[in-house]
Amino acid sequence: MSSGHYDAIIIGAGMSGLAAAIRLAYFDKKVCVLERHYAAGGLNSFYALGGHQFDVGLHAMTNYVPPGTRGAPLTKIYRQLRLKPEDFGLAPQYRSEVRFPGVTLRFTNDFDFFAREVGERFPAQKDNFSRLLQHIRDYDELDLDAKPLSGRQVVSRFLTDPLLIDMLFCPLMIYGNAAEHDMEFGQFVVMFKSIFCEGLARPREGVRRIITALRRKVREVGGTVRMKCGVRSLHIDGGRVKAVELDGGETLTADTIFSSAGYVETMRLCSDSDPERFSGLAGRMSFVEIIHVLDKPMKALGHDTTIIFYNTGKEFHYEVPADLVDPRSGVICCPDNFHYDKPLAKSMIRLTCMANFDRWASLDEPVYRQAKTEWLPRIHQEVLKFVPDFRDHIRFTDFFTPRTIKHWTGHVNGAVYGAPDKMKTGRTHLENLFICGNDQGFLGIVGAMLSGISMANLHVLKKT
Amino acid sequence: MTNDQIKQAILQIISVIAPDEDLSHLKGDVALREQLELDSMDFLDIVMELRKRYKVEVPEADYGHLASLDSCVTYLAPKLKDK
Repeated sequence: MSSGHYDAIIIGAGMSGLAAAIRLAYFDKKVCVLERHYAAGGLNSFYALGGHQFDVGLHAMTNYVPPGTRGAPLTKIYRQLRLKPEDFGLAPQYRSEVRFPGVTLRFTNDFDFFAREVGERFPAQKDNFSRLLQHIRDYDELDLDAKPLSGRQVVSRFLTDPLLIDMLFCPLMIYGNAAEHDMEFGQFVVMFKSIFCEGLARPREGVRRIITALRRKVREVGGTVRMKCGVRSLHIDGGRVKAVELDGGETLTADTIFSSAGYVETMRLCSDSDPERFSGLAGRMSFVEIIHVLDKPMKALGHDTTIIFYNTGKEFHYEVPADLVDPRSGVICCPDNFHYDKPLAKSMIRLTCMANFDRWASLDEPVYRQAKTEWLPRIHQEVLKFVPDFRDHIRFTDFFTPRTIKHWTGHVNGAVYGAPDKMKTGRTHLENLFICGNDQGFLGIVGAMLSGISMANLHVLKKT
Repeated sequence: MTNDQIKQAILQIISVIAPDEDLSHLKGDVALREQLELDSMDFLDIVMELRKRYKVEVPEADYGHLASLDSCVTYLAPKLKDK
């Protein structure tokens, strides 16, 4: 520690950074994780406001399978991080829905239920859907060298009803697409498996449970995490990172550096880079989210659906809206509606819509606050088409925007899924600098952990 | 280490890597992948655990020798005889 030299320095104590740290420290590498914020978790962190604790990004964890399910990504994570299912305490969902005008597709953590539902709502597409399922099952979405394909084009080879296509893409895009309008087919497969074939779950304590388990493991295996320790720059020489300079001026060195800060964000730290070169590469998909603490659970109002993905427009538009918010589609999440061993301490409802970072970021403070006041009832107006009226039961409200996300995570544009073009192998132009997290390509909590694990395995553990 | 100790060491490593697998009826001469759900990530971990616990190196070219319990023991015996 006195020399400040490490086998690996990891920028960012989010899900991918902590997972990479566990892998490396477990196998006796000297590891230091550097986190700018005072809380861990990054895009999936937690915060307190008004005496309540909130999750930044967690509606539900995807990729849920019951403990002991062989071969599934979540099981791989438990194994690779030497964790047990009890460490995360995941409670499965009740039931979720995709709701478009005139049609609802329900799904649970039992895939056959969803397959039957599709067959009943779209009988003319039943055989097409079976053939698509076979293609999805045969596809190797983990192949880091696979050629990117248009998701919409591939799916259209099987399904001929545009409504069914949009209803499938809606949840998969909202929960894991960095690009606008279309989605890479490999990513479609990843999200299809993680939401429909596997399932949704949530720890009763929220994301804090997961972050605590990861941080405890990092400590157990001898890794170091330094909070409130932002990286100011990476000193480059001879095609390598020679030193990591912190905000306070301290420098550290390491054989290998992993960054979960984002590709553009990381390149801007490099002393050999022209920062403007990378601006066009950044991701743009971001969201507003309203979280209401309620005086009773939505179940008490007759609503026991876990997540609703809704679209009230004629078509489904997955893109950065021209306006501050696109209220036509979004997510309604009821964190109470999971199979916990006891009810939540506080009931909540979370409302999420696509949003425009540039527009929110350009507002002066009073206009920013006023915009939130104006948009809240507009979002309620759409949402109340799908859930009982909860407005008299609101005890507390938080409303965060893309600007909030950028402020706390540093991710450009408040992008929650990183850049559209992924760096599957994590390699940069520098020999010892690698990207993990959203911009490497695996998304969501489980995806991010897999990203950290894969990159640590590939670039350090396999090589020594 | 004796051959039996090496076998126990491998089983211990597998139980750490894949705690949800039942190791009680493992056949020594059948490929591990045919009896257990182990993928390439898990095999990397077997190699890494061998290095961590016993300071023994298994080059990538030799990974095939770890296919079954018996072949593991045969391959590792000379490397572990003094440990």
